[in-house]
Amino acid sequence: MERLRFATVGSVDDGKSTLIGRLLYDSKSIFEDQLEHIESVSKRRGTDYVDLSLLTDGLRAEREQGITIDVAYRYFATPKRSFIIADCPGHIQYTRNMITGASNVDLAIVLVDARTGIVEQTRRHSLLASLLGVPHLVICVNKMDLVDWSPDVFNRIREEFEEFASRLSLRDVTFLPISALQGDNVVSRSPNLTWFEGPTLLHHLENVYTASDDNRVDARFPVQYVIRPQRAEHHDYRGYAGRVAGGVFRVGDDVMVLPSGLTTTITGIDSPTGPLQQVEPGHTATLLLQDDLSIARGDMICRPNNRPRQAQSLEAMLCWMDDAASLQTDRIYSLKHTTKLARAKVTKVLYRLNISTLHREADVRSLALNEIGRVEIHTTAPLFYDDYHANRTTGSFILVDENSGQTCAAGMLLSPRT
Amino acid sequence: MKSALRGLVDESVTIIREVAAEFERPVMLFSGGKDSVVMLHLAVRAFSPARVPFPVMHIDTGHNFPEVIEFRDRTVAELDVQLIVGSVQASIDAGRIQDVSGPRASRNPLQTVTLLDAIAEHRFDAVFGGARRDEERARAKERVYSFRDSFGQWDPKSQRPELWGIYNGRHKPGEHFRIFPLSNWTELDIWRFVDECDIPLPSIYFAHRRRVFRRDGMWMAESPFLVADGDEPVSEQLVRFRTVGDATCTAAIESSATTLEQIIAETAAARVTERGATRADDRISDAGMEDRKKQGYF
Repeated sequence: MERLRFATVGSVDDGKSTLIGRLLYDSKSIFEDQLEHIESVSKRRGTDYVDLSLLTDGLRAEREQGITIDVAYRYFATPKRSFIIADCPGHIQYTRNMITGASNVDLAIVLVDARTGIVEQTRRHSLLASLLGVPHLVICVNKMDLVDWSPDVFNRIREEFEEFASRLSLRDVTFLPISALQGDNVVSRSPNLTWFEGPTLLHHLENVYTASDDNRVDARFPVQYVIRPQRAEHHDYRGYAGRVAGGVFRVGDDVMVLPSGLTTTITGIDSPTGPLQQVEPGHTATLLLQDDLSIARGDMICRPNNRPRQAQSLEAMLCWMDDAASLQTDRIYSLKHTTKLARAKVTKVLYRLNISTLHREADVRSLALNEIGRVEIHTTAPLFYDDYHANRTTGSFILVDENSGQTCAAGMLLSPRT
Repeated sequence: MKSALRGLVDESVTIIREVAAEFERPVMLFSGGKDSVVMLHLAVRAFSPARVPFPVMHIDTGHNFPEVIEFRDRTVAELDVQLIVGSVQASIDAGRIQDVSGPRASRNPLQTVTLLDAIAEHRFDAVFGGARRDEERARAKERVYSFRDSFGQWDPKSQRPELWGIYNGRHKPGEHFRIFPLSNWTELDIWRFVDECDIPLPSIYFAHRRRVFRRDGMWMAESPFLVADGDEPVSEQLVRFRTVGDATCTAAIESSATTLEQIIAETAAARVTERGATRADDRISDAGMEDRKKQGYF
């Protein structure tokens, strides 16, 4: 059984929390005490129906304001797959939380209210999904009951989205008409939507093909931790522990270690579940090497004929996430990229991206909370990286404010312009 | 190992190694409960064949099930890790906190003071906890690296964004992080891992006969720390524990499951959440856990 991580995003009142409640409820993943709890709270507040959004809105302030503030994680399983849901807030001021929730998902569900169609938030969220390289997107046209289950409304929204999306780099987009409130086309087919020949949402989630989403070509192993037992029985053991960021490593492979550029051979692979002959993307391993080289945390193991880019001057799409301070060029930030820590300066903002119109706004010197722009960065040490769209692990980094300790920006590295 | 579990193991092991690499003085909370047992076994696997490079710590209310304390001591000896015990009794004796009394008294909330004192005394900067996001509403919102200010407080409204698999552990002296490597595990995942990897657990997780009484709709175990009121008849029942904590606030469930296979079947069919079924301490208010976490609780 595999596990699918997906994010749900949408504007306020699109019915996102209700949809999640519906998925959990109809797949029988809600427990009696949880249901009793939200029933009693719904009754206390005088709502007509059981408010399924209370399942995900867990913080006191969220319940008080009736909105989702922070990403909430939910878990459910069907006989086919296990699911991790990252429920992301829709408010504009919580864009950073959407990025947090969607940064490592396999799929994102964007909710659209059938009555209002594509709105600014839809475009914004789709753009973010595109920037983050989310492999699969599902546009759920919700509240179909309020437009008389009209296929025309659904098709019009679909056409409008497709025209907008042609300017984004989305790999796989699926459109589904649903009504989350009563569960039409969420888990079961709906008698109200007989004209729709596609799958239900749950069927799509269970069957979407994700095996080809990993980069299995470019072998990348950021060294995380050096294991040296220093006990008599394993006197000569020296292993390089980490998680495969790309490609496949096999016993017998010739590998190169960066930054030294020295080459050696893999003599063994240990893992948390025992020795392996090969290890694939996303899995942890401890590599044992033929030669006794000087290798430390932050180094990168790759193949001699397929190396990552190496640079101290880089270009990136940067999303600013700090509400306390805007980006200051030439100020020093801490930068974390794979297992490597460096210090960095953003030397120039090339443009700011208007995330509603996709216009590139020049003559900008800073980025404020939730703003995204293309920037030039200089680092104190070279980074070994790939273009974010080739590898989400070796292509991503964060900036940390050295005074406040806040994670102030998320960055996606790009190939230099030629 | 089945692929869904393998992915969880990879994620947890990566988090544990990252903390060992980046923090100066990590410690892992270990109560002998199933989540902390799984977490400790993952730590052993993360550094094998080397030793786990940090100690484990138990905050002992003094009101624990004897089977669990015995299991705790045996496990740390077998896995060759150092155990630190933070004693709530010692905090009471030192006048740091006042003991609670009365038939419904529980030392459970007192643990926060002992925990924060122990963190300060040992200058721990990273404290691993076995909490899972599926357990409780407030926990569903918490980061893997969860920042605590110099008062040990959690501020749910200003959590650091956590992107990709990159964690930010930057802090000043006196501040620390709670680290939750099992964030994405569910109760069922824990049991499947225990089964697949043959992990020993305290005997009270398996069905046994025990003297219990009904309180607030739950079976509470009779013990020197918890006695029944006059109108609470005590009887012997076939029960097991779904969670293991302080004996005064952890309830048993009726069960005849004596094997892991039976427990997994029972867990998969359960219609009530783990904490809902067994934790008196969550029944205080809608936000009981959130409020306790803000003060520095586990």
